[in-house]
Amino acid sequence: MVLYSLTFYLFSSVAVLSALMVISAKNPVHSVLFLILSFVNASGLFVLLGAEFLAMILVVVYVGAVAVLFLFVVMMLDINFVKLREGFLQYLPFGALLGIVLVIELGILFLTDRSSNIYNNQTPLQPIVYEVENTKMIGQILYTEYFYLFQICGIILLVAMIGSITLTLRDKGGVKRQNIDSQNTVDASTAIEKKKVKIGEGI
Amino acid sequence: MTYDILITGLIIVAQILAVVVPVLISVAFLVYAERKVLALIQLRRGPNIVGPFGILQSFADALKLITKENIIPSGSNKIVFILAPIITMVLSLAGWAVIPFAPGWVVSDINVGIMYLFAVSSLGVYGIIMAGWASNSQYPFLGALRSAAQMVSYEVSIGFVIITVLLCVGSLNLSKIVLAQQTVWFAIPLLPMFIIFFISALAETNRLPFDLPEDESTLVAGFFTEYSSASFVLFFLGEYASMILMSSMTVILFLGGWLPPFDVYPLNVVPGVIWFTVKVIFILFLFIWVRGTFPRYRYDQLMRLGWKVFLPFSLFWVVATSGFLVYFDMLPN
Repeated sequence: MVLYSLTFYLFSSVAVLSALMVISAKNPVHSVLFLILSFVNASGLFVLLGAEFLAMILVVVYVGAVAVLFLFVVMMLDINFVKLREGFLQYLPFGALLGIVLVIELGILFLTDRSSNIYNNQTPLQPIVYEVENTKMIGQILYTEYFYLFQICGIILLVAMIGSITLTLRDKGGVKRQNIDSQNTVDASTAIEKKKVKIGEGI
Repeated sequence: MTYDILITGLIIVAQILAVVVPVLISVAFLVYAERKVLALIQLRRGPNIVGPFGILQSFADALKLITKENIIPSGSNKIVFILAPIITMVLSLAGWAVIPFAPGWVVSDINVGIMYLFAVSSLGVYGIIMAGWASNSQYPFLGALRSAAQMVSYEVSIGFVIITVLLCVGSLNLSKIVLAQQTVWFAIPLLPMFIIFFISALAETNRLPFDLPEDESTLVAGFFTEYSSASFVLFFLGEYASMILMSSMTVILFLGGWLPPFDVYPLNVVPGVIWFTVKVIFILFLFIWVRGTFPRYRYDQLMRLGWKVFLPFSLFWVVATSGFLVYFDMLPN
């Protein structure tokens, strides 16, 4: 029990601290690295909840794929940070307002929702162990009850994918492309042309 | 109460050491075996000075490297520069937590074992990107870019191969994946996926013929150009440890893990861990054999192979396998 609580506090405190570092780090690459640390700790929290499938998906999708591309973009772009920081005071009131609204909303949620056990549950933290693997449970719900929503998600992703491909696809003229099939079928008779060259004349 | 925690902690540490120490020792011998096999392929002698048959060569090399000066370039981003090899090393060892060596011989027998392995191997790219960026130098950065693009592309087909195997097993637990192969190893019904997985594993571990991130003739030494001494050793160990990890993954997914080839008398008395080791050594030999035989791919050829050949083919095979299983009503549970 104590061990579970300790790991919970370890994961959650590191997650919160690294989330703070994401917005306060001077170097954007460090920000992204802290974001990754935060994701990893969040997946640790999922494991503590007994949702190991979600935890692994979080790592595979967000850390393994999304954050890699994010890191790429941040590394390749030449961002002027002094300029980025110039408008800090100007945007501060609006940002603070958004933050306060979010905190109030969360507070209302926790204080009014008496039916949920989040607030009343005093038992120590420990993984919830079910009879069925939660991979199977997710599958049983996702492909039956939420089947249409699941398909719609797929279509939205497909649209986003096609959109980003069309945005980046441009056909510049004069680019030499390789035709792999024609390269593979080359043999001596088609590749080499024999010519008789007279001495002193050339071709 | 407190003693309980202490004892649990000690047991966990002992289990971790019991896995990590053999892995590190086998890394040393893998390096030696690789040099010896390559030498035999190229009709040379290979290392033969340190110890009998040169068997202690890798230990001598490691000692030499560790005692050298660790140079940190002045233009580098120091914290990230030092973190990168550590992350590579830690990740290549973290995957071993879920590998079942024999029935019950596993540190953590989690339900989502294969997903965990997939996640850990997909994190491996961070060590390389961080090294390339923190070095603040052209060659490492180019190497890091190549490596990241390569690992992300080949992960996709690895994912589909894993899905195909999971369709036949009905569980993500590694021990259950092994036990599902009692009648026939998946390498036989899923032979094309086995080949795709092996080739993708070569690309995922940046091994020849896909070692473009550390292509010496164009990028000096790729992403670890600026690394020296102990931090270089960490990269080196990490690469070989993840090679052994990928081989174990291949063995578990396709070659029946600890199971003997046939469940008959002289074969099934041999302990499972020996079968497992023999199979892993076979896959590792294939890794080295490929290195000694094939020329390096060009980068566009590598990308074409990943996206235009492996991805459609493995996607097709996922659909074909699930169709077959549904039609003949062979879906597990």
